[in-house]
Amino acid sequence: MIPELGQLALSVALVVALVQGILPLAGAARGDAAWMGVARPAAHAQALLIAFAFGCLVQSFVVNDFSVQNVAMNSNSALPLHFRVAASWGSHEGSLLLWCLMLGGWMSAVALFSAHLPESMTARVLGVLGLVSAGFLAFLLFTSNPFDRLFPVPADGRDLNPLLQDAGMVIHPPMLYMGYVGFSVAYAFAVAALLSGRLDAAWARWSRPWTTVAWVFLTLGIALGSGWAYYELGWGGWWFWDPVENASFLPWLVGTALIHSLAVTEKRGAFRSWTVLLAIVAFALSLLGTFLVRSGVLTSVHAFAVDPARGVFILALFVGAIGSALVLYAWRTSRIGLGGGFEPVSRESLLLANNVLLVTAAGAVLLGTLYPLALDAFTGGKISVGPQYFEIVFVPIMAPALFLMGVGPLARWKRASLPELAVLLRWALGVSLAAGLLLPFAFGQWHALVGLGLALAVWIVATALLSLRKRLRQTRAHYGMVLAHIGVAVFVVGVTLVNGYESEQDAKMVPGDSVTLDGYAFRLDSVRPVNGPNYRAAQAMFTVTRDGAPVTVMRPERRSYPVQDQTMTEAAIKPGLTGDLYVSLGDPLEGGAWLVKVQIKPFIDWIWGGCVLMAIGGLLAASDRRYRQPMPARREQAAEAAA
Amino acid sequence: MKTGWVVAAFAALVVLLGVGLTLNPREVPSPLVGKAAPGFELPLLHAPEKTFSQKDMLGKAWVLNVWASWCPPCLVEHPVVTALAQSGLAPVVGLNYKDRREDALPWLKKHGDPYRFSVQDAAGRIGIDYGVYGVPETYVIDRRGTIRYKHIGPLTPEVSRGKLQPLLQELSREG
Repeated sequence: MIPELGQLALSVALVVALVQGILPLAGAARGDAAWMGVARPAAHAQALLIAFAFGCLVQSFVVNDFSVQNVAMNSNSALPLHFRVAASWGSHEGSLLLWCLMLGGWMSAVALFSAHLPESMTARVLGVLGLVSAGFLAFLLFTSNPFDRLFPVPADGRDLNPLLQDAGMVIHPPMLYMGYVGFSVAYAFAVAALLSGRLDAAWARWSRPWTTVAWVFLTLGIALGSGWAYYELGWGGWWFWDPVENASFLPWLVGTALIHSLAVTEKRGAFRSWTVLLAIVAFALSLLGTFLVRSGVLTSVHAFAVDPARGVFILALFVGAIGSALVLYAWRTSRIGLGGGFEPVSRESLLLANNVLLVTAAGAVLLGTLYPLALDAFTGGKISVGPQYFEIVFVPIMAPALFLMGVGPLARWKRASLPELAVLLRWALGVSLAAGLLLPFAFGQWHALVGLGLALAVWIVATALLSLRKRLRQTRAHYGMVLAHIGVAVFVVGVTLVNGYESEQDAKMVPGDSVTLDGYAFRLDSVRPVNGPNYRAAQAMFTVTRDGAPVTVMRPERRSYPVQDQTMTEAAIKPGLTGDLYVSLGDPLEGGAWLVKVQIKPFIDWIWGGCVLMAIGGLLAASDRRYRQPMPARREQAAEAAA
Repeated sequence: MKTGWVVAAFAALVVLLGVGLTLNPREVPSPLVGKAAPGFELPLLHAPEKTFSQKDMLGKAWVLNVWASWCPPCLVEHPVVTALAQSGLAPVVGLNYKDRREDALPWLKKHGDPYRFSVQDAAGRIGIDYGVYGVPETYVIDRRGTIRYKHIGPLTPEVSRGKLQPLLQELSREG
């Protein structure tokens, strides 16, 4: 009964979405206030209906209703409750429902916080979101119904993939989806602006907080996914350039470009058509990510069950949403106008350079991700593009972008003077060069890449502090920007030091053996069996000492999940500000010996710490007072006149 | 003008993704095709005291199907394997992979045993030689003991009719 109610709610939500997609858009075109007025109640109704359906699915998981196929395939009566709840979005169908739920939430939020927008703008934004939502609800209902029943009813379920039985995995998909789906709001604002022909500073100001919040969620979602890979996959990597990771990174890169481009459009009215294009592309890349995960065109650890019908449907959604937006863009762009002019040395041109670099980086990642597909499509050759490619192309593109990050916030709008900038920045430059030359010696050998990374990180921090000192009127938006930039610096420190100085050792050990790595001695004391709710494990105990003094006790496990016949490595990690100790237990060998991998990961937690700082900075910026105030009357009138 | 490029790039991307949908990234050409089938000697599942070696099949084309009772896709391909065995084109030998006898025998009893006989590779050693990475897998081996075809994942009726059966007919003509 409950699953049928859920399905009914989804069907009604689809109808509401279509109404929300058609009436307000038509109303905005005709100037019909009653039709436009449908947008807000429809958005709330849709959000409630989808939330109800989602609740029904969660309930089916909680009560172990194995007559629902989705539950039977992804849960088990022995699975702990919190993982049963998380299993609701562990499958393709469930995670798509989560996607729709997020979209409903964003729509509801737009409906709530848009009181200061002109009625026609709200109607258009919610109308576009309604159409996007209708597309996804139809996809859900027609190809991936989460409430399909199963007959005969199995006695027990097939269990959740053990890789997903982890706290990080419980929150990673919702965060990531909040980001992906959030870019649909930026997209909807862009399309609404194109429809109305009003691409002005006001539009950029309305769009900015939404875009920033979506970017914050995406940042956290990617960081959580990377953290999950680090401690759950059991071999200590934190980024694999896997096609699906790239699929989340691409909208992040373009979204970062979009945030900066929106700033220029709001402050100076420049880059208008470029900003609109970025908003469309950011959402296009979110959809492309969905397509890559769901259609099975690329192999990846994330790939869900492959069904060509789903691929065709998402491709159709992709073409419908992005193709129509691009056609609209091509048609309207001649009317957009250029906005304020600027000199070659100015904050505008520095931000333009930053944009070009970020988009180039996104292009390089996209190329590496899709190249195997293209080769297969046109020559039938099978290859995979490894991390080497991405590392080689990424560093030269990002290094100048990081350098410009230091200069941009200090340059004047419209026209800056190079000598003035040079005087202002000479100390920061000197300090960071010295840091690049000397700091690596503190960790061991000097490497060029380590020197470069540390110099850039110090440069970003030094210039950020400089901009705090120099600016008279501080706003939350400015503090947020400075904090996010410092977050980037922290992230760069983490990546640089991990890549430069990580060390690892594989050993075959029996209880009593020790290995030594970078001054730490790891002694295997014992291996004993442990039982979990739905797995059996061998748990090893390592005593770690340094110069004879005890440091910690570490207990890595090797778990086997009988229902799915999978073996998992649960690494033991001793986190620290200056580095992690990482021990993972491999296969058992003859004679009571075990394969053991011991690693030391200097400063790795700075990678995620940097992401958290970026996210806090983004939230701070998005909460700036000026986004909540109505536009000054003068500008509003100017905008009306332009339209 | 600029915008034309954007639309064109988008169209090219869509074409690429559309073509991509028709391809299967898991269809990795096996380096084993065209090489001699790796040697093994394994106990029979039903009669562990007897053993079987791939050499016993020299002189005729045959099919080696890797299966296990713990593998749901094996159940999916089960009717296709049964139909292939019943076609009488070639003997189908099962390689029971990383399984337990007490699980494997009831599985065959419950769902039907399409195999001429099955051999047991409980530790999965032979699977390593054959590069088994996705159970089920199916190999066609010719009368000289050379692997002629490898299919990874469940056999579909299309693959069985379109690839396996024509190949087996061709091989029987060769002999």
